[in-house]
Amino acid sequence: MNVLIDLGLLFGKIGLVAVGGVIALIPEIQRDVVEVHGWMDVHTFATLFTIAQAVPGPNLLLVTLIGWYMDGAMGAFVATTALVLPPAILAYVLGQTWQRLRGKSWLKPVQAGLNAVTIGLIASAGILLIRASAVSPVAIILSVGTVVVLMRTKLHPMWLLAGGAALGAIGLV
Amino acid sequence: MEIAGTSRPATLATGLPVPTHWQMFCGFFAIAINGFGGVMPFARRMLVEKRNWLTPEEFVDALAMCQFVPGPNIVNFAVAFGGRLRGITGALACVAGITLSPIVLGIATYKVLLEFAEAPAVLGALRGMSAVAAGLVTGLGVKLIDPVLRRKDWLSFSCAVVAAALIGVLRLPLLPVLAAAVPTAIYLQWRRR
Repeated sequence: MNVLIDLGLLFGKIGLVAVGGVIALIPEIQRDVVEVHGWMDVHTFATLFTIAQAVPGPNLLLVTLIGWYMDGAMGAFVATTALVLPPAILAYVLGQTWQRLRGKSWLKPVQAGLNAVTIGLIASAGILLIRASAVSPVAIILSVGTVVVLMRTKLHPMWLLAGGAALGAIGLV
Repeated sequence: MEIAGTSRPATLATGLPVPTHWQMFCGFFAIAINGFGGVMPFARRMLVEKRNWLTPEEFVDALAMCQFVPGPNIVNFAVAFGGRLRGITGALACVAGITLSPIVLGIATYKVLLEFAEAPAVLGALRGMSAVAAGLVTGLGVKLIDPVLRRKDWLSFSCAVVAAALIGVLRLPLLPVLAAAVPTAIYLQWRRR
């Protein structure tokens, strides 16, 4: 029961401070789940994130899996609902009026400011995840190689994940 | 719940009839199963290009609105879209569509992996995929920074670096960092206009 309350409070808080989507939240989720609460080690966190990435769909699956890891189906339900519901109520109300934002003079600077902060959060998410998954030199090469391939080609991320899985399965990572 | 002066439309701005709950569920279900590592680009293709449920301008407006609402963007998008067209049940249909398949698939994958967690090949595969997944997130960060550097937008670049240092290096909690960084970043952008 206490676990459920903790999950609800934690992800309720995270949902309300979120800017820039779930990827931008990874540093904070990792900090709370690994460093503050000590619910799992950093490698377990990286594994849950990997499963969330390997399954198509929104990245909020990471939060569902953390909830499942902590307390099965109830944990998954509580964590996901706590993350999604408070912002959803806001989105429902604002959704009725979304076109009113168009052409407002404050829109551009506010968006530019939010974007800049979001980029910083996503970059730190990447660095923290590379550190968490850097179990061998080959793993680091794989991470850096993925960045290069992503920048240089239009290869679907699914193939990169499959390639990483294959290299790991034959014992190279 | 109805907001004064915003009665629900009888037809879409694209001229098509308003989709039914089932059609909305299916539309968002398709977005979820096709979206790898973030679904927004696919959401645009589906809602604007394939199904004609939104005009390109409406999509941009909706996306801007989602930026101001905290929480997972695509869920907020689904709520706003479904709620606007068919009220609370419409919002629920879209959210169910976007979350059902990833949650079922994700938990199934997790359970299967636990079954074989002792097998060296499975552990190795997970290590390899984790490294790639970390690279994918970093690559997303680089892709976002690239245009900022190209247009020599040093202000935005500095804001991003400061945010990254506070969160990623000093590991400060997100709430106070955002409370300080977001208004500062917006103020600086405002002054520059």
